[in-house]
Amino acid sequence: MEDLKLHGFWYSPFTMRVVWTLKLKGLAYENIEEDRYNKSPQLLEYNPVHKKTPVLVHSGKPICESMIIVQYIDELWPQNPLVPHDPYDRAQARFWVAYSEQLVPALPALIRSTTPEEKEKAVEMIWGNFKVLEDHCLADKRKFFGGDKINMVDLAIGSLLTVFVTAEDIKQVKILVAEKFPLIHLWFDNFKNAPVIKENFPDREKMVATLKPIMERMLASS
Amino acid sequence: MTEKKNSNGEVKLLGAWPSPFVIRARIALNIKSVEYDFIEETFGKRSQLLLKSNPVNKQIPVLIHGHKCIAESMIIVQYIHEAWSSSGPPILPSLPYDRAIARFWLTYIDDKWFPPLKSIVLGLDTEPIEEKLEKVREGLVLLEDAFNKISKGKDFFGGNQIGYLDIGFGSFLAWLKTVEVTEGVSLVHETTTPGLAKWLQKFCAHDAVKDVLPPIDKLIAFSKMLRANVDLVINPK
Repeated sequence: MEDLKLHGFWYSPFTMRVVWTLKLKGLAYENIEEDRYNKSPQLLEYNPVHKKTPVLVHSGKPICESMIIVQYIDELWPQNPLVPHDPYDRAQARFWVAYSEQLVPALPALIRSTTPEEKEKAVEMIWGNFKVLEDHCLADKRKFFGGDKINMVDLAIGSLLTVFVTAEDIKQVKILVAEKFPLIHLWFDNFKNAPVIKENFPDREKMVATLKPIMERMLASS
Repeated sequence: MTEKKNSNGEVKLLGAWPSPFVIRARIALNIKSVEYDFIEETFGKRSQLLLKSNPVNKQIPVLIHGHKCIAESMIIVQYIHEAWSSSGPPILPSLPYDRAIARFWLTYIDDKWFPPLKSIVLGLDTEPIEEKLEKVREGLVLLEDAFNKISKGKDFFGGNQIGYLDIGFGSFLAWLKTVEVTEGVSLVHETTTPGLAKWLQKFCAHDAVKDVLPPIDKLIAFSKMLRANVDLVINPK
């Protein structure tokens, strides 16, 4: 029995990546739900540099940064591999994980947007990235970024899309437009229904109910 | 301009001599004794080869290994570690936990530490220079502590050999020195950051590093040109 503890926010895409990884690997862990407005002393001790979640604590040793945690878990527990074996395929997967970072600034932009023009601008930012994924990454119509099975790219992008889709309800905008991005739309459907992901996919209404006040508070303090 | 290094053309690196990100790839190739063609891009103008080999980000460095194109500096470094695993010492730490720590600090260096330094180099007026220098210094305090913990008394972050984090951080040293000279400040110093000061000397003298870190006078001249063309840096053609 491994000594694994996860400090996170269940609704955060970054925590989701780690939860999905642990579940895909069949690993038991203790989930420690942090309060973003009152972070635990343990969290601040485990991640003094950034003071952020998620943090995985393995036998008392903290690992920070979601995709670093995902790779750490994959290196120690090779079942259901999330990182390709071939060096070139691995480099490609790492490239798209790094690329997914470019989607992240759109979240605060969406949160801060109040006027239709601001919302449109934030959505266009995301659409620029979606076009790259549609044209360069999914062009060969693979089922998942990992081919027949999910890999870490699916987790990186899927987690962000989960929050964008929630933001569609909160901000009353359309982001994942099937007509504009058919491949991404299909991929996300496959992803949400994949084994393990399906059983651990956050409930849409619960996400909206949780993220709405958080986003409003962020907007009020910006 | 192409600088041949006795290669049969199988390995090419698209880059530019001043770029710390390109330097990372070159150090890794040197550690593994890989012969490569260094194809220099012209500042301000992207070549067809670059646009073809990295159509998504359109940035250097790009490693071209046979028909495979690999982009993003630390992804290239990891690829080199894996693809030439039987040649030369390893670049990544062997233990997953040590790798996670090295990757963590690399992310910190790229996302938090380097941006204020870059802003100073480019002469951007986003905030007063003293504030940017203070951020760089605060980061160096964290990195000094990290070095002491990770090196465990040895010469490098990677122990007896230079590794992933040495390469990732060390690639910025010429620019750090350039800022010290042009701004008349001390950033890494034996009194404030003794561990890093010793590490810096050993790193810059390393065989895999010494020929690819640009001379400071050349970088100072280059930085003047950069400041005069900041638009091109931010919005390249």
